[in-house]
Amino acid sequence: MSPLLEVRNLSVAYGAIEAVRDVSFSVEEGQVVSLIGANGAGKTTTLRTISGLLRPTRGDILFRGEPIHRKAAHEILASGIAHSPEGRRLFGRMTVEENLQLGAYVRDDAAGIEADMRRVYELFPVLGERRHNKAGLFSGGEQQMLAIGRAMMSKPKLLMLDEPSMGLSPIMTQRIFDTIKELQSQGTTILLVEQNALAALALSDRGYVIDLGSTTLEGPGTDLLADQRVRAAYLGEG
Amino acid sequence: MTTLLQQLVYGLILGGTVGLIALGYTMVYGIVQLINFAHGEIFMVGAFGALATFTWVIPEGVKGTWYITLPLMVIAGAVVSMVLALIIERLAYKPLRNAPRLAPLITALGVSVALKEAVRLWYPGATAPLPFPKAFLAGNIDIGPVVFPKTGLLLIVVTIVLTTLLQIYINKSRMGRAMRATAQDPDVARLMGINPDRTIVLTFAIGAVLAGVAGVLYGIHLTNISIDIGFQNGIFAFTAAVLGGIGSIRGAVIGGFIIGLVKTIAGQYLPGGTQYDYVWIFVVLIAVLVFRPQGLFGETERVRA
Repeated sequence: MSPLLEVRNLSVAYGAIEAVRDVSFSVEEGQVVSLIGANGAGKTTTLRTISGLLRPTRGDILFRGEPIHRKAAHEILASGIAHSPEGRRLFGRMTVEENLQLGAYVRDDAAGIEADMRRVYELFPVLGERRHNKAGLFSGGEQQMLAIGRAMMSKPKLLMLDEPSMGLSPIMTQRIFDTIKELQSQGTTILLVEQNALAALALSDRGYVIDLGSTTLEGPGTDLLADQRVRAAYLGEG
Repeated sequence: MTTLLQQLVYGLILGGTVGLIALGYTMVYGIVQLINFAHGEIFMVGAFGALATFTWVIPEGVKGTWYITLPLMVIAGAVVSMVLALIIERLAYKPLRNAPRLAPLITALGVSVALKEAVRLWYPGATAPLPFPKAFLAGNIDIGPVVFPKTGLLLIVVTIVLTTLLQIYINKSRMGRAMRATAQDPDVARLMGINPDRTIVLTFAIGAVLAGVAGVLYGIHLTNISIDIGFQNGIFAFTAAVLGGIGSIRGAVIGGFIIGLVKTIAGQYLPGGTQYDYVWIFVVLIAVLVFRPQGLFGETERVRA
């Protein structure tokens, strides 16, 4: 069986500057896969290219065996990939509920949307209690919950989370990682980009190290955690 | 006192026209950050479209029956304006979607001149002002010594009703949510599955329909139209949109009413009279922008991550 997502020799450039060079990785259905690497390694660019916001200069992106790298962003979302971008990027002047409704924009099953919204509120009760408040008024951790909830509302086959722990307290970070585990157990496949490599690899089925725009190492999360090079470069040991 | 109240009435009527046009400026700016300088001419062409419909389409027998001609002319004006705006968007603005912002702005100015000259060249008799049919109740409502023209009242009521409907549409409907999302963060809107082209087309269409309706009601109220009404009212409306806070629906309409009132009151009471009433509009604009650069109801520009 082919993987859910397969990225082959992907290169992406901003003008003359190549941000991603020859990155390859794949995500099997049901897995949590992490991309780790230093700042500026091209992780965010990779996700933005998968979701159609950027065009690759070379390489292929296959989703369920179909090439998607020439599709528009709104078509890619509709085909089953949701992307919760770096910095959360909520619609701050809209309410929690409106943000979730926008997450479900492509769906027209009102009852199903309602049920999924309740599911988000169960997962994150604080959002349910304040569903009519503007998203911009929430704390960083609460906004991250909403960002994940919003991305889940399209019922994606693949959920891409870009730096979900950025700027959060350790307790909040733990909650977010617990949530990722829980989403996986409910059957969502997750592609995770994290600077917090330790926490990310600990819950990942597979990890890829992206360095200077290329994939340099790959393996099961626990193996990478034990890898001396990874520990030296990304986990602050050496 | 009577003079003041009378000028207030005229100010509100002008304000209604300006406010309806200003909605198009503010909505388009909110979605694509373009000051669509051709929008005033879309208002003008809407009025001419309705006049053409009256002259050549509506049968002689019903021309005197306002409750038949008025809706037909309003629909004609709205449709002509909308079709024109969509053609302009497709041919002139869409190819420049990713160009530097100055390019579509200059294009808009060019489109504006082209539209005005096209009407001058090809609309029979448009080199001079043309009489516009009285497709509504004539006469005034007398409030004591103050007279309220029925055509002017129609303009104000329509402005308020359409603005209210627009607000509800934008705040409650699915497409309205998509428009707000695109205005706030176009990239993330795409990540939600929103097709930016559809949102942009819808925005241009709504703005143009409002301008077309305004053009028809304006013609009915003043009983004549010329090719110059687009530029003049377009500038007022653009100013109203900036004054109210560009991007804000409420701001555009309130800005329109403020401009209408400033123009008539200043024309009556301030030195220079009606010859200088334009000047005071811009004095008010400058004064507001000094203290509130984002306009009365505008959001302060925020740096995005």
